[in-house]
Amino acid sequence: MIKRVKIKSSNRDFLKKVETLSGEDITVCDRCGVCTGSCPLTIEMEISPSNIMKMVQLGQEDVMDYNSMWVCSTCNYCTARCPRGLDVSKVTEALRQIKLRQSFDKIDIDKIPKEELRELPQIALIGAFRRLTS
Amino acid sequence: MSDKRKMINVFIMGEANEVPVGSTIIMAFEYAGYQLKKGIGCREGFCGACATIYREKGDYKLKGGLACQTVVTEGMSISQIPFVPAEKPIYNMDEITPDINTIKELFPTVFRCVSCNTCTKACPQDIQVMDYIQALKKGNIAEAADLSFDCIRCGLCALRCPAEIVQYNAATLAQRLYGKYLAKKSPELIKRIKEIEDGKYDKGIKELKEMNKKNLTKKYYSREIKL
Amino acid sequence: MKIPYYPGCTLKSTAKHFEDSAIESAKKLGIEFVELPRWNCCGVVASLADDDIMHHLAPVRNMIRVLEMNRDGLVKNEKRLLTLCSMCYSTLKRSNQRVNELIDDLDVLNDFMYKEEVNYDGSVKIVHFLEILKEMGFDKIKESVTKSLENLNVAAYYGCKLLRPKEIGIDNSEVPIIFEDFISAISAKPVDWRNKSKCCGSFLTVDNKDVVVELGYSILTNAQKSGADIIVTTCPLCAYNLDNRQKNIKEKYPEFKEIPVVYFTQLMALAFGLSKEVTGFDGNYIDPVKLLKSKNIKV
Repeated sequence: MIKRVKIKSSNRDFLKKVETLSGEDITVCDRCGVCTGSCPLTIEMEISPSNIMKMVQLGQEDVMDYNSMWVCSTCNYCTARCPRGLDVSKVTEALRQIKLRQSFDKIDIDKIPKEELRELPQIALIGAFRRLTS
Repeated sequence: MSDKRKMINVFIMGEANEVPVGSTIIMAFEYAGYQLKKGIGCREGFCGACATIYREKGDYKLKGGLACQTVVTEGMSISQIPFVPAEKPIYNMDEITPDINTIKELFPTVFRCVSCNTCTKACPQDIQVMDYIQALKKGNIAEAADLSFDCIRCGLCALRCPAEIVQYNAATLAQRLYGKYLAKKSPELIKRIKEIEDGKYDKGIKELKEMNKKNLTKKYYSREIKL
Repeated sequence: MKIPYYPGCTLKSTAKHFEDSAIESAKKLGIEFVELPRWNCCGVVASLADDDIMHHLAPVRNMIRVLEMNRDGLVKNEKRLLTLCSMCYSTLKRSNQRVNELIDDLDVLNDFMYKEEVNYDGSVKIVHFLEILKEMGFDKIKESVTKSLENLNVAAYYGCKLLRPKEIGIDNSEVPIIFEDFISAISAKPVDWRNKSKCCGSFLTVDNKDVVVELGYSILTNAQKSGADIIVTTCPLCAYNLDNRQKNIKEKYPEFKEIPVVYFTQLMALAFGLSKEVTGFDGNYIDPVKLLKSKNIKV
């Protein structure tokens, strides 16, 4: 899929926002793909971690339309292996926070079936509520 | 001899009023001419109806208190919260178990707690609210029931909670579970209930019901009180 | 040796056997776990946004409790906080590192927690039980073994939290050996396998069972192909995803053969000859006793 983009100031603002929230110097990423190769969740992601970085570098807000940032389990394989020392899990967290802070909930607590609530250990519920609800 | 009372200024919902020193917030409201229909109850610090938020002069902290118990200070800014909206889950006490699975099913929001302690800071009864929510997170129903015992359901904790937990409803569940399943059973109570069901007191009650007022009064004042 | 101990919520309920087996095994080694008074949930996942201060409250509050323990004489000059759950380990340690780096944030946190009697000064050290065991010397553990597990091939599942990010890892993130050394010390045979720190899916198990099933299948079959009889873990979330979710794995992959998953302290307790109540194998979803019996290991 080829997409032609024109970088506007709004794109630069988006990149700045993600850099500030994540504390990572995203322009340093040279898109080598090691993060994608290491990530165990790419089987579920619509776009790879490397592509997330690329879209953020180009300030493309529609990176948040894909499911990738929601299925990152923050396991930090990418962080441990990035040759540039970048923490990609912090970038996905920044993207999640941008969405969540607009009072968005990825999971609806009221819709979780009662039997599942009873069966899941607290640690799973707390972790999911932290990462996926506002 | 003039009865000159010392007066101070307070701001009731933004409006300045002069009220007597030593007034509680309820007294200040009523002195200023308000007639309270909601947000008032026993006036004794027991019913939890008069939840109020206020700031004291020169202090940035937003405090919560009961209007009938909190004494006004110079420059205090006050607003009442007559009702705190909160949904309660419906449950059948006979069908639930006194363990963490019940908490997860009925109050999943408890697991959103970020341990910020804002609830404890808001509580007018000095209850360690965060501690009992943590106890529920750990599945310790008895500890939660014990720590939340003094709760009068004023609602200030739920109002200020960033995780949108309704602490007092969770406390009510914990207290009910404790009372029904975990507390020590009273053998005397069980025995007495059986006696009632077996009809031991039926005759006596029937007699009293059929007595006229004169004899009833006589019987009342001549009763033996066993201590 | 007395050391402050942080359980974490799940170890007090569904993973109680993890805690019990750890406490009793530690006693055999002369270590007494002193539970943190009034501890609160650590938050499970580390706060990752740079401007977030609130989610550090929960971990820092627990570190204040460690300082209070020292002040009140519950422990003497011991500022290390021991955790069993690797998730708690990671969250507490990452928060600790951050507040030590960003002193201004620590000031804000201390000010917000004005109701606490003690301010946090950054002096607590978060340690995992495996680190304490390594420091004590794995030879000392060998000495306490009374029941041989030599027929047991054990795959150590590090999960992601013990090794990454590298700043908090308890060993080299690519070629760790600490867990394998532990397994050898309790007389079992460690297995070398590829997916030892592949993520189990973690909290995704709440809303995305399918991806957890895929990851679990990949992890468990790799362990089996590498010759493992049993898997050890150090996190109740990993245990749930790899143990309980085997029923979901079996639904999708009917040819999948179940493999027991236990906490490392349960095997340690077994090797130390501790009782059935302590090893707590009835708390595991896939029954390990059948396997152990087949290896002539009495439970």
